[in-house]
Amino acid sequence: MSLRVKDVVCPFCGCLCDDIVVYVENDEIKEVENACKFGAHRFLAVKKHRIKAPMVREGQEFKEVSYDEAIKRAVEILTKAKKPLLYGFSSTSCEVHEVAIELAELLGAVIDNTASVCHGPSVLAVQEVGYPSVTLGEVKNRADLVIYWACNPMHAHPRHMSRYSLFPRGMFTDKGKLERFLVVVDVRRTETAEIADLFVKVKPGYDFEVLNALRTILNKGDIPHEEIGGVKKETLMELAERMKNCQFGILFFGVGLTMSRGKHRNIAEAIKLVRDLNRYTKFSIMAMRGHYNVTGFNEVSSWETGYPFAVDFTRGYPWYNPGETDANSLLQSKDVDAVLVIASDPAAHFPRESVRYLAKIPLIVIDPFESLTSRIADIVIPSKVVGIEAEGSAYRMDAVPLRLKKVIEAKGLLSDLEIMERILEGVKRKLSSKSEIAVKM
Amino acid sequence: MEFILISGRTMHQGETLHQKCSEEYMKACAICEMNPEDMKELGVKDGDVVRVKSEAGEVNVYVKPCEGLDRGIVFIPMGPWANAVVPAGTDSTGMPSFKGIKVRIEKADGRVLRGDELVRRYEFEG
Ligand code: SF4
Repeated sequence: MSLRVKDVVCPFCGCLCDDIVVYVENDEIKEVENACKFGAHRFLAVKKHRIKAPMVREGQEFKEVSYDEAIKRAVEILTKAKKPLLYGFSSTSCEVHEVAIELAELLGAVIDNTASVCHGPSVLAVQEVGYPSVTLGEVKNRADLVIYWACNPMHAHPRHMSRYSLFPRGMFTDKGKLERFLVVVDVRRTETAEIADLFVKVKPGYDFEVLNALRTILNKGDIPHEEIGGVKKETLMELAERMKNCQFGILFFGVGLTMSRGKHRNIAEAIKLVRDLNRYTKFSIMAMRGHYNVTGFNEVSSWETGYPFAVDFTRGYPWYNPGETDANSLLQSKDVDAVLVIASDPAAHFPRESVRYLAKIPLIVIDPFESLTSRIADIVIPSKVVGIEAEGSAYRMDAVPLRLKKVIEAKGLLSDLEIMERILEGVKRKLSSKSEIAVKM
Repeated sequence: MEFILISGRTMHQGETLHQKCSEEYMKACAICEMNPEDMKELGVKDGDVVRVKSEAGEVNVYVKPCEGLDRGIVFIPMGPWANAVVPAGTDSTGMPSFKGIKVRIEKADGRVLRGDELVRRYEFEG
């Protein structure tokens, strides 16, 4: 039987493109339309590099076991631990986040997601100075000045420019690219910079100074230096003029700002620049969120616990202090004694010091695909790919929720949601039997 | 020679995201892009192995020329190779410093480790 499924949402990057067409024949994906290279690959290679069966580690070897056995052992690890960490969540659905937060509360665990190593500092800045943002639809329909600061959408969000910001013809931008001016600010001449109308090269680590200089020009009309952070005064003056005189400006920023010197201070300064610009024109700012549902976790966690990430339940109520309660700080100070990782690969993306400790404590990994973290895990539980083999909800980078579809059947596998629900059930049973014993004694 | 290291996403790193134990992932991420003039001064050519050292540790990667980089700046795609030299600490934000790391780079004869070899080594490191 062959099937053409349209309006499929791509479960890869924060663009969450919802115009993908997938051709399915006998539960095999044959062709994908409209997706970029990443997205097409995600659909077409969905059956490659998969974890085939639940596994537990014995010595240096992995032994295949049943789902029941793997989940039982996972429950044992989590209930035995004094302070477990639940981490990941960016490539799975909001329904999974909800269950995971309940699990964290029940266990008195810490729950964190990959935001802490991408846009965590942006979240900190937003909490400090606010977030004058818009939806990508508004950008498409209105923006005549598009700035990409410290990000490279051509590589990280390949359809961002063609679907939302630069090329599409919108309601008030019917000439598409011809009507828009593209500025790229970065420390190196990226592929995105190649097509920019204006490329501003900043010295690494000097974004704060450049943002601050733009604010000074805006507010005082001049700066007392000929060059700031490797950028000539004329260029800064030109950029400030352009920003002031556009009709609808948007500043997209990437992890180049959150990961370098200044971190959340850089973002706060960028937001303040946008705030200042709103005295002259309509200007907005948006973080280029990486994984397709990293935004979703922050949303779910905020409405469930009051905090967007790095939430510590060890006191019995939610406590939030990034720098203390985030995954890297906890691992580096050896302050957790078991970890459950779902839908992410910290062994590949955390600094050495964190991975060194992660490799030594009990580690449960839930993931459809083999990862470096699964290589150092004690229990590996395979799952369905959300958005292809299981449905669910996800939030686009502009916090617009979209429904992910199931396009093929994955027989013999459980979904992330089913696995997490079973773990939650197991933990509940274990904890209630523990308290019964305590009552009897 | 001393450099400032930046790490980040690339298209190839993204494509090979779910095959991290493969040679392709290694080809995509175990590389260090460098300005051709700096390569000349260091005495290395495209594909040579270099050792990148920081206060956090060291790692072997293949060097690759890149015109878009200024002299004194190198780029390694996001992954376990770059992370082997990312320092500990988060400046009380939860965010490690993945960009703007001071490193020393020299020509090396050693081999470049695969991703899984690199992280499994951490199980035994003190
Ligand atoms: S841009 Fe992102 S969401 Fe859109 S098709 Fe490509 S990977 Fe998928």
